[in-house]
This record gives sequence, structure tokens and C-alpha cells, in this order.
Amino acid sequence: MSGPASAPGIRFDKIDKRYGGLYALRRVSLEIAKGECVALVGRNGSGKTTLLRIAARLSRPTAGTVTFVGGLAGDDSRPVPAGFVAHATMLYDELTAEENLLLFGRLLGVPEISARATELLRDIDLYDRRASMLRTFSRGMRQRVAVARALLHRPPVLLLDEPATGLDTASVEWLARTLRQLRDSGCTILMSLHGQSEISALATRAVRLDAGAVVADSADGGSVAAILNVSVAG
Amino acid sequence: MANRAIWGALVVLLVIAAAYASFFIAPTENSMGEIQRIFYLHAASGWAGMTAFFVCFVANIFYVLRRKQKYDWMGVSAAEVGLAFTTVLLITGPIWAHPVWGIWWTWDARLTSTFILWMLYIAYLLLRGMVEEPDRRALLSAVFGIFAFIDVPLVFGAIRWWRTQHPQPVIMGGPGSGLEPTMRNVFFFSVLAMHALMVLLLSERYRLEKTRDEFLEVQREAEAG
Amino acid sequence: MSLLSNATVLLGKELRTEFRSRELLTTTVVFILMVVVLFSFTFDTSSGESRKFAPGLLWLAFLFAASLMLQPCFLREQSNDTLSALRLSVSDPFAIFLAKLAANTLFLLFTELLMLPVFSILFNVPVGGVVAPLILVFFLGSLGISVAGTALSAISAQARMRELMLPILLLPLLTPVLIASAEATAALLDPAPAFRKDWIGFLAIFDVVFLTALWLFGEYLLEE
Repeated sequence: MSGPASAPGIRFDKIDKRYGGLYALRRVSLEIAKGECVALVGRNGSGKTTLLRIAARLSRPTAGTVTFVGGLAGDDSRPVPAGFVAHATMLYDELTAEENLLLFGRLLGVPEISARATELLRDIDLYDRRASMLRTFSRGMRQRVAVARALLHRPPVLLLDEPATGLDTASVEWLARTLRQLRDSGCTILMSLHGQSEISALATRAVRLDAGAVVADSADGGSVAAILNVSVAG
Repeated sequence: MANRAIWGALVVLLVIAAAYASFFIAPTENSMGEIQRIFYLHAASGWAGMTAFFVCFVANIFYVLRRKQKYDWMGVSAAEVGLAFTTVLLITGPIWAHPVWGIWWTWDARLTSTFILWMLYIAYLLLRGMVEEPDRRALLSAVFGIFAFIDVPLVFGAIRWWRTQHPQPVIMGGPGSGLEPTMRNVFFFSVLAMHALMVLLLSERYRLEKTRDEFLEVQREAEAG
Repeated sequence: MSLLSNATVLLGKELRTEFRSRELLTTTVVFILMVVVLFSFTFDTSSGESRKFAPGLLWLAFLFAASLMLQPCFLREQSNDTLSALRLSVSDPFAIFLAKLAANTLFLLFTELLMLPVFSILFNVPVGGVVAPLILVFFLGSLGISVAGTALSAISAQARMRELMLPILLLPLLTPVLIASAEATAALLDPAPAFRKDWIGFLAIFDVVFLTALWLFGEYLLEE
């Protein structure tokens, strides 16, 4: 799977996100350069999911802005949406794998969607099961289709929220391979992770969140591994 | 503090004056007798309620566009105050109807429409009670509030048009129409008094909501440490 | 992709999903039938009486059925968070509403038309000569129910007690639709059928007003 020629970076500028009285994110500012592969770590409730959903423009920040810097604009001068892989599959159980891809591909306006869907189904090694209802798939298989969905429109930015959770070893290996290819072709990747794994090994940078604030960033000096290690212990 | 007390006292005086006027200044109506005097309270309450609901509508729109808490405070306050006045209208209706027609309720156009209006804003408050998260609650109820208000003319229109084909006794004619001059003056004075009361209740309720939210804010900040 | 093409694609998906399981349609039809039969015990079902009471009761049955049928509309998008996927993929969030309200209108219309001959037989009300105008009334009424219902379904899906909240929010709001549709239907079922342009026009106005409101404010209902 190939990424785009020129991927934008992501700029978070003083992001606040409140739910009632609780701040899920508090004045988070982060600049992610084009092509970086950033691992976002932290305990449950530290704000990782919230930050990702804000980057995906699914969630509106209470204050602050998020911008994609220096990227391609869509044909209708609407910014190209990021690819998003969440904890939930974001796929319809009552449709087949192929139908799911065709549906979202058509909505996104992906050209020659049938060919693209076929290409992706082959890439995720589920072409044989393309006509099976998604509800018959295992977690690992569903996650692969979810990643395929995220990549339909060849997004320049990919956001992943704990993508390896509940995956079998083979699927994790597949995911690591896929992300490596995307990273190497210039895609900007921001992924939240739980500690070290094959996936975290791909990261060129690590950022740690705690209670809605950035507490460590490998870009400030310090190693990616150190930040990832700390989160395993803590 | 003293200011509020003074304004409050003035409003109460105004209301008392209006009550006095409706009992002692307005002439007795021909066909219905003394019970007709309740019209001044009934109609004026109705108008004050509608104005409150309009304030709610405007507050809802501002909230959706600006997302400032104060508009949410205004929205819920206006809805509650509007509901209070509308309840007065719905209760004074039967009180008026019974001595005149011997029935407690008549499904006349205005009463029926007001009943639906009342239910819409009860639904608005119920909805608020069913959404925990404050920002979500504010946004969802604001949008519903907008829908409810734009429905109001459609409800009144449909019921009035329907009633022309299935007539029932009418509890009151159009306000100010067919009213003898003194009666009309008392009526407008009552409307003024009720609106003054409405504004008073609205500002007090708004204050309450503001204080409550600010208190919760402080409490949360303290807990977060 | 444009609003209309997005909406069409989504409408296709809503229809395909329903045709596969048929669960919404079958349960709604059975529910309306049950309500109509129960209604028959509440008045004298001679032809004359039926003409007076039945149109109103029929539309009441449609309203109750709709407030149940509309529950899953947005709820089913919560289980796998497919709503987020839709929001990410469409160019205009209104496309989501447009597709759903179109689907809901079609589902309602389908169940209503299915009920029409049954109703005609059970209550001795011939509908032969007025089928076409009846379809128009059913369509405009169902559209009104769907526009308001789809919007409110998005709201109630985010509230507690949602099974009760949807009817509580929806039924008072739809009072104008109930009145206009029942009157227009009653006029058509009269021994001397009349085409009530005033009520039908009123239904059209209701539909336009709420469609506009949904277009203006719908996206806020999908926000996080």
C-alpha cells in the first residue's frame, strides 16, 4: 500500500477538551512534522483517544485548534480526511467486507472504487472472504478490514487508537508490516499504544500523556524507547 | 443586593396593582359576570409565557452558535418560567369554563394548542434530565428547543384551522378584540405586570443556575487538585 | 462527493440492510395491525362511524409505530461506532440525515400502504377511487414524521430512557401532522370524497420547515 507524495504534519495548538467539569485535555500543544511516526502513550484516561479523535475532526475541542500543516487539499478544497482506526471497528456487521469498503469508498469519492477495494482486500489477505458478512469475522480479521477502510482514499495522515488490542500474532505482524510501508512512503502517523511491541518499534518519536497533558516528548531529547518503557512501568 | 430587593418589590406592587385593576376598575362583563375577571390573569399569563418561550428560543440559537454557558442558563430558566405561566393559563381556563359552561375543559383552539405547547416544554425539561454531560445536554436541548419553537405556529395554525371545522365553545376571543376601552386598558396593564413578573422570575432563575454551575465548577477544581 | 450522491449511496445501504433482514418492516407492520385491531374495540365499526373515527385512529397508529420504528435509526450506528466512520467519509453531515429520513419515509410509506387494504376491509371503508390522492397524503405525512423523527432519534439516542424519550419528544411535535393527515384522509374516505388542498398544502409546509431546520441544525446533533 503506497502513501501519498506529500503528507501534511499535524499541529495541535493549546487544545482543551472538557467533559462537564473534567478536562480530558488541558492546553495540549504538539507539533508533528510531515512523515513522522509518533507513538502516543499513557495510562487509560490520559487523553490519548480524545486527542486522536480531535485530530480526526470527530471531536470538537473546547478551546484551541488542530490543523494539518502543508498538506494536500482535496479537489473541492476541503482538507483530505485522515485515515482513522479506532478501538471500535467502525464497520457494518450486516454488510460483507467488500460492501463495507465499497460503501465508504463511494462516500469518500475514491476513483475506481471496485479496483481499489479489490486491491485492498488482496493486501489484507481477505479477498477470499470478501463476500462474507463482517459479523462472521474474528477480531483480527475485522481490524484488518478496518485498516483497509482507513486507507481507501490513500490518506496522507493516519491516526490509530490502540490498533493492536485483541489482535492475534499474525495480525499484529501484518499491521506492523503495513505501517512500516506507509511510514516509509511518507505517511504521517500518530498512534496510541500500550507499551512496547512490534508496532511501537516503528515509531520515530514518542509522546507521553498524563491527565490530559504532555509530560514527556522524545523530540525534546531522550529516546523513544525510554518514554515507551516508562509507560509500561507506570 | 438591595437593588434586587427594590426591583422585586416594585414588580410585586405592579402585580398587585394589576390584580386590583382587574377586580375593581374593570367593569363587569355582560354575559359571564364576575368570573370573567379571571380573563385578565389568564390571557396575560399566556402572553408572558409565550414571551418567555421566545426568549428560550433565542437563547437556544445563541447557544448553538456561540457555545457559551450563559445561553444555556438562559434557555433552561426561560423554559421553566414559560412553563410556570403556561400552567397558570391552563389552570385558569377550567376555572373560568366551569361556572360559565358547566364543563371543566373545552378543547377550544387556544387552550388545546397551549396544552401541546406545555407538553413540548415539559419534554424539553425531561430531555435535559436525561442527558448527564453538561455540554451535550446544553446542545441537544438547544436543538430540540429550536425545533419545538418553530413547531408552535404550526401547532396553533393546525388546531385553529381544524377547530373551524369542528367548533367547540370558545373560552375567550382574541385579546383586545371586542373589549370595551376600560377593559382593554386593564388587559394591557395586566400584560405589562405579568411580563414584569416574568422578567423578575427569569433573572432570579438565571442567577440560580449560574451560581449552581459556578459552584459545581469550583467543587470539581478542588477535587481535581 | 456531493451531498446528493453521498445521500444516495447511504440510502442504498439503508435499504439493502433492511431488505436483508426485513426486521424493521415486519415488526412495524405487525404493530400497526395490532393497534388497528385493538382500536376496533373502542368504537362501533359500522361504516358511518368508521369514517368518522378511523382516519384519526389510523394516523395515530402510524405515529405510534413510527416512534418505535425510529428508535434503531441512530442507535444501531452506535454499536460499532459506524456513525464516526460515516462522519469521516461524507462531505456534508446532512447527507447522513437525508439518507436516513428518505429511508424512514419509504419504510413508513410501505407499511402504511400495506395496511390500507386491511384497514379498508376491517372497517368497511372503500378506498377504491381515491388511492392515488391517498398515497400523496400518506407520503407527505410520512415525510413529516420521518424528518422530525430522524432528527429526534439522533437526540434520544444520546439520552437515558431513550425508548420513552423518543415518543415524548416526537408526539407533541407531530401534532400538526396528525391533524392535517387525519383530516385529509377523512375527506378522501368520505362518501363524497374531497381533495383537501389546504391540509395537503399544510403538510407540505410542515415538511419544508422541518427539513430546513434539520439542514441548518442537524450537524450539531452528531457532534462529540
